[in-house]
Amino acid sequence: MAKSFADLMSETRRGIREVSLEALKERIETRPDFILVDVREGEEFRAGHIPGALHIARGHLESKVESLIGNKDAPIVLYCAGGTRSALAARTLAELGYTQVESANPGFVQWKDRRYPMVVPRVLTGEQRDRYSRHLLLPEVGEKGQAALLDAKVLLLGAGGLGSPSALYLAAAGVGTLGIVDPDTVDASNLQRQVIHATSRVGQPKVDSAEFALRELNPDVKVVKYQERLTSENIDRIFEGYDVIVDGCDNFPTRYLVNDASVMKNKPVVHGSIFRFEGQVTTFVPRVGPCYRCLYPQPPPPELAPSCQEAGVLGVLPGIIGVIQATEAIKLILKKGQPLVGRLLTYDSLGMKFRELKLRRDKECPMCGEAPSITGYIDYEHFCTLG
Amino acid sequence: MSIVVRIPTQLRTLTQNQEEVTASGDTVRALVDDLGGRFPGLRERIVDDKGIRRFINVFLNDEDVRFLDKLDTAVKAGDVVSLIPAVAGG
Repeated sequence: MAKSFADLMSETRRGIREVSLEALKERIETRPDFILVDVREGEEFRAGHIPGALHIARGHLESKVESLIGNKDAPIVLYCAGGTRSALAARTLAELGYTQVESANPGFVQWKDRRYPMVVPRVLTGEQRDRYSRHLLLPEVGEKGQAALLDAKVLLLGAGGLGSPSALYLAAAGVGTLGIVDPDTVDASNLQRQVIHATSRVGQPKVDSAEFALRELNPDVKVVKYQERLTSENIDRIFEGYDVIVDGCDNFPTRYLVNDASVMKNKPVVHGSIFRFEGQVTTFVPRVGPCYRCLYPQPPPPELAPSCQEAGVLGVLPGIIGVIQATEAIKLILKKGQPLVGRLLTYDSLGMKFRELKLRRDKECPMCGEAPSITGYIDYEHFCTLG
Repeated sequence: MSIVVRIPTQLRTLTQNQEEVTASGDTVRALVDDLGGRFPGLRERIVDDKGIRRFINVFLNDEDVRFLDKLDTAVKAGDVVSLIPAVAGG
């Protein structure tokens, strides 16, 4: 006589190991040395799942599991909504030769009811699919990359020459949160290069003017405004929560403060700077590549700092450098490509030449070297402010 | 031996606006001394009594000479030396 469903399930349960939700939660928190697999349908997974779970719908389990989990002795915990599908899946994996498989019983419905940790992956709306369609067509970005951009938080230091083009392209790309730090107001003399601002907004705080432009461009973007100068007092508060720092500020004291804070807090900084017709860009990823102090251990004394007010700058120059900074930030978020880590890109607009120089970590760096001498923030005297 | 030295914008007031100059010598130190003799004030912007100043870098081709032999780094025909100062503007 053929088996009933109840017979099949009781036979299956006898042949597998099950784990309670309490025990699963504790293992995730204390020794997450196993692979957690969600075997529900795609729609169920997208509506919310246990953090870190790999998704293999039960219908594709046999065909996909060997390519996703090559080691048949790896510890695996399966879950579904109630514990039935995962029990059947555990039996299937045992038949395929997997030796350490467990099934959670009950499943995600109870997990969620108990308010155990879960994540809801971002699902793009129809409007977002249209807006970002040219990204979605790129396998290097795709839905996952676009979701990462929408979830990313980038802090822009300065809404000036470099910050303007960076902010516009990062917002256009759908970076979900853009923090902007700038204490200044828009001046008519800014408009020759600071393309995020407008004639009608002269006199407004730059953070407000930038927010207006970014909202117009992309309502997906949340703009967080900091109308203040970055100092040792506020840098911890302002840096909190950001994934990438885009440094387009205009003075040495802030550059060093930003470097020291980013090394202490382990945040990547995309560094850009300009002078007259020339620019420099590099990406500092703490402890992966050099930091700013590996490159320049100390700022120049005030009398040798370029006379900023008199220096002048070709208006399009920060456009090039700022957009390269935005490109670097997007690559860091997508984890694609080769960022400018350990490489200084220099640009000469008159000669129209890009050159690349190697940057190395300095073992004797006072900030990220073997025996760092700097352990707190330093407020260098502000000797140079370029509007 | 004559080596091409690229002068950054910030220091071109000292080189009569020349973007590139040639200097003679077998080491970076000799090049800097030679430049200092011909362009007053330039040497002091690159080195002090402790060596290369901490807010300017001297690159031999694409390598920072601080990670080679510093001022004693040997140069040969065809090399290009670039002076890269810290720039803050944004």
